[in-house]
Parts: sequence; C-alpha cells; structure tokens
Amino acid sequence: AGDPAITQVQPWAQMLGEGVDARPYGTPSPFEAHVVRRNVPWLTADPVSSVSFTPLHELDGIITPNGLCFERHHAGIAEVDPGEYRLMINGLVDRPLVFTLQDLLRFPRENRVYFLECAANSGMEWRGSQLNGCQFTHGMIHNVMYTGIPLRLLLEEAGVKTSAAWIMPEGADAAAMTRSIPLEKAMDDCLVAFRMNGEALRPEQGYPVRLVVPGWEGNMWVKWLRRIEVGDQPWHHREETSAYTDLMPDGRARRFTWVMDAKSVITSPSPQAPITHGPGHTVITGVAWSGRGAILRVDVTLDGGITWHQARMSGPSFDKSMHRFYYEFDWDGRPLLLQSRAMDSTGYVQPTKEKLRELRGLSSIYHNNGIQTWAVNEQGVAENVEIS
Amino acid sequence: DGFGLGRDATPDEVAAWDIDVRPDGQGLPEGRGTVAEGEEIFTAQCAVCHGDFGEGVGRWPNIAGGQGSLADEDPVKTVGSYWPYLSTVWDYVHRAMPFGNAQSLTDDEVYALTAYILYLNDVVLEEDFELSHENFTEIRLENEDGFYMDDRDTLEVPQLTGEPCMEACKPSVEITMRARVLDVTPDTADDDAAAAPAAETAAAEPAPEAPAEESVAALDPELVAAGERAFRQCSACHQIGEGATNRVGPHLNDLFGRTAGEIDGFNYSRPFQEAGEAGLVWNDETIAAFLADPRNYVKGTRMSFRGLKSEDDAAAILAYLKSFDE
Repeated sequence: AGDPAITQVQPWAQMLGEGVDARPYGTPSPFEAHVVRRNVPWLTADPVSSVSFTPLHELDGIITPNGLCFERHHAGIAEVDPGEYRLMINGLVDRPLVFTLQDLLRFPRENRVYFLECAANSGMEWRGSQLNGCQFTHGMIHNVMYTGIPLRLLLEEAGVKTSAAWIMPEGADAAAMTRSIPLEKAMDDCLVAFRMNGEALRPEQGYPVRLVVPGWEGNMWVKWLRRIEVGDQPWHHREETSAYTDLMPDGRARRFTWVMDAKSVITSPSPQAPITHGPGHTVITGVAWSGRGAILRVDVTLDGGITWHQARMSGPSFDKSMHRFYYEFDWDGRPLLLQSRAMDSTGYVQPTKEKLRELRGLSSIYHNNGIQTWAVNEQGVAENVEIS
Repeated sequence: DGFGLGRDATPDEVAAWDIDVRPDGQGLPEGRGTVAEGEEIFTAQCAVCHGDFGEGVGRWPNIAGGQGSLADEDPVKTVGSYWPYLSTVWDYVHRAMPFGNAQSLTDDEVYALTAYILYLNDVVLEEDFELSHENFTEIRLENEDGFYMDDRDTLEVPQLTGEPCMEACKPSVEITMRARVLDVTPDTADDDAAAAPAAETAAAEPAPEAPAEESVAALDPELVAAGERAFRQCSACHQIGEGATNRVGPHLNDLFGRTAGEIDGFNYSRPFQEAGEAGLVWNDETIAAFLADPRNYVKGTRMSFRGLKSEDDAAAILAYLKSFDE
C-alpha cells in the first residue's frame, strides 16, 4: 500500500528526457500553461489598443517574469529593427543629437528594480466590486530589473539650455505616444532602458528602448522611445488631457497626477487562487508598492478590518519596487474577509475605498489604490466584495 | 566634456520627427481646411469608429457632445466638453489617426478635420468656417480652465499619513457588494469558452444553396471562430458581414473571385488599381500572400498593415472571409 506517485515508477524516472538542444529558449512547464496574461474583451473596442493583465495570483517573490508583464498598447506592438533604431534629442538643447543603439550601449549603465503600474489599475472598481480575480483588479502592474542609462547623462550630452523646464518623450509606434515630464524628474531618476531582467526588452515592452519613470504612472514610460524633446512648457497632449486626468465630483479635473500612491493586494488566496486544502495551517501572501518610496510594513486582517496583524516582509526592499509579504495562520474553516494595508517609507497608509470615494467621488477612473477585500467562504472559495 | 557619443541631428531629420504641437501654436505648420472639407474626410476615414456625428461606435471614443455633463454621475468627456486645448486635437489626429493609418493625412486635411470636430461640438457653427495656422490660437475650448495641478500632496496625504488602527477598529462588518452578481469576469479556466457562441453563429451562417466549390462546404467552425478573433486586427478598417460598407478599407463580403480594386465607390490607391488591371484576382493563394506581406505584394498600397506572421492566423482569416462568401 502507498501513494502510487511513490510506489510506481513514473515515466520521467525511467525514460530519457529531451536533450540540451531541445529548448534553446526555455519555456515554462506545460503544466503551467494556465499562467498567462489575460485581457477583458468588453473593456476596449479593439485588442490593438487595449490592456492585458499580469497573473499576480500565480506569482511569488518580487520579480515579474518577462513573458507575464502586463501589456498596454495604443496601436499594437511595434516591431522595431534594432539596426534602424534611432534616438533623437532636440528642442532646447545646445546640440540636437541622434544616437544609435550601439551609441547608447557606450554610456555608463545602471541596474534598478522598479514597479510599473498603469494609472488605470483597479479603475474598473471605482463604483464597486466588478472583476473576480486580482489578475483583473490589480494586474496592470509588473516589477522587473531594468538596465539602462540615466536619462540625465543623455540630456547633458546634448546640453540642456537654461530656459528648459520640461521634456517630452515620444514613441516610434503608430500611436507616437507622447507625455510631458518635468525636467527635474528627468534629471533625477529616469532611465533610458534596454534590458529587463537581464535580457533585451520584449517587443511588447518597448524593444529595443523604453523610458523608465520610477514611481510614476505607467503611461509615461514611453515604449519604443525614438525622441526626447526639451521644452519650456508642457505640451498638453492627448494622454495628459483627454486621458490620465482625474475628474473630480465638481466637474473639474486634476492633471499631472503622476505619482502612484502606496497600494497592496493579497494575491493568494484570491478568487483565481482559492484555498483548496481545507482548515489548518494557511499561507496568505501578496504584494505592496509605493511611488513615494519603499514599503516598510503591510498589515493583514482576516475579519474585514476589525483586527489587523502585521505581515512578514520577505525579499529585497527597494524604493519604488514591489515588496512581498506573507501572513501565516491556522484557519479554522470559518468565512474570512481578507484585506491588506500598505504603509510606505513616508508614513502614508493605503486608504479604504470608502475614504477614496469620499475624497474623489466615482468618476476619476485613475489612481484607485483603495484596500481590496476578498471574502473567503467555508469551502475556501474567494470572491471580490465590498464591505461596510 | 560629455562622452562624445551620438552625432548632430540634421535639420531635415529634426523636421521629420518633430511633429508636436503645443497650445500656444508652437509646431503648427502652415495650412488650412474648412468644416465641409473636414466632413468629407471624416465620413470616409473616421466615422467607422467615431460615428457620423462623432458619437462613437461601440466602445470607440465619442468625440462630440457632453457639454455640461462633467459633474454628472455619468460624465461624457469629449473634445467639446472636456479637452482643454484645440492644439491637442490637431496634434493627436496628425500623429495617430486614422487608427491603422497614422501620419497619412496632409496638414490641410488635419486642419479640415479639426474644423469639422469643432463644428460637431458647436464651437463653430458655419460649414464654410475655415481653420488655418493664422486663426488657430484664437479658438478656445470651453473646459480650458477645468483643470488644476495634482493636489494630492496637500489635500489627501496629510489625512492618510500616521499610525493606523490595529485593534477594535470598527464594531461590525457587513458585505455590501459582490462581484459575482455582475458576472463580467472573463472565464479564466478556459479562454476559448468565450468564443463558443461565435463559432455557433458562424457555423449556422453559410448559405445553404450553391456553395462555391472550394469554400463553404469545407468550412471548419472552429477555424472560422479563430478567424473571427484574428480578424479583429483588420476590423478597425474593414467591415464584413451583413450591412458591411466601405470604410478606411473596402468591405470584404464576397471577396473570393473579386478583382483587386474593383469595388465601386472605394478610393483605391493607384498601385492597387493597376494590380487589378494586370489581372490580380483574390483567391486563397493571393489573399494569403497579400496578408503575409501587404507592402511588398502590392507596392504602394495604402493598407498600413504590418503583415500576418502566423500561417495559422492566415488560414483562420481565410476561413472567416469565406464564411461571408455567397
């Protein structure tokens, strides 16, 4: 008697597997085929100008694998030939310059880990719980290590004029994405990146070169970066007027809401990752991040916010990067109302959705960093709910 | 000082890429266009997504109306109701529209379209109104003063900073809303399940009488359904099915056996007309070859599609196109 997984010889224990030449670029086990980006077809008119979501519920640690990083395109994926790649810097500079990819590779590089979150992440949840799964409620985020050049070095190479106050990165895709970024941020911590997690950027993440704007909304991280113009005032282009502005209840709108506020979510258990083992020792895990700094602490509640417990942080803690937390407990099999609450290095505490609605109303679309609730029933099934 | 890397950009290179326009008019090229001229271009190239009156088709953006609605429960954000500056319209239309054929409009056409969008929003009232680089900055949009700088740091952050409650934070808790009630989450267990209804429709659709030898009889419903999904990358410009009309591209009903460039009333590029005159007829082989690399197959075509990489997609799209063949 015994477990046949042990008592019988399994095929992989008897027969030879594929050789080292079978998988020159490795892919996940076929048993992990369900771990994929997904989209929400009703959300947008066309998948060419749309978003796919990171399967957060299947991931651990702090680094998002390159093939699972959520995508947001405005005119599909541009397939840029690196041999034809050029980066231009023009406008209020002493010398308008053109760089090839080879030129860029000769500048000093830095390696930094940052989260990239779309300002619209959780945007479908402003009016109440809609989507059953953290992939859909929180999956417009990824966290990778970038290798790139400090943007400051490129701007200094061109010589920024004293009248300059803004830059405008522009993409090479058919949307020719543009955003206005204050020069102060550009000279501070922005990177012109060409690697993610050690390898070349994926085409859907801007191959061969993208802008990295740490802690600020993902729309500004222009992909397929072809040009940076330096100017003395913002451009007020579509992505900073029609979109990515936050409408308030009085009919006026905030603009230039760049910083991503501190936020967290429990990734397991969650609607796509139910508890399947029954009562007993149970691991709760999730991620937290802040555009203002590092995450020093995450609290978890099992009872909808009556009592909170400090979670255990594990993994490297970097500024403007994802952090991983765990809370282990002995589940008695009774229903749970799970929440997590992040606190960042400035002392900012992630607010409830109720508090956010009190501050901003229901029409602002962007920057929803409210506390997420999962209701877990006796069977361990989790659901996206709102609570009093 | 510096690293001595890169080279000087030539004035022609800067002119080619520096296309941005600002609210103060910086970057606007010389040019002009009237409301009436804009209407013609809009009907041909924009209405397929934005609607004849800018009202938006399906989930494509509406670009007109909504004035006075911004404080409502369901605000309607359009050029007329929300956008602060007209320069944004000119810049965006010029750099990114029409969707799928960016940077194909002349400067005069962009002025005309911008004038027509003003007309759709009742900012100008006469069809003979002409917008140009000379009068552009005189036009002001209603919501220019409706925006203010992010004030979260002063308004919100102080309220959200400090030691949070850990014990007895509220007396009781009730569930007030459940996502399951709405049931709008995509089926994550099996992504193909969502496509099943489409497959049934397509299977039910082929005309029972006189199927063309090579097509309908052999159509695989799953392949047709896959083709419908793959066709999404075409649907911004091409319509197919009942009521399909010419838009940015010609309609694709009864495509098999059609001579290239033969649809009346569609403004084909000259190379396309010439290809038809030279005998290009659409069949499995020619469509597949065209879709694989449109710009090389018909050099000079206006169809700005990068080409299908996957032969599976090509086969699926062919099956889908055939399901609309009489």
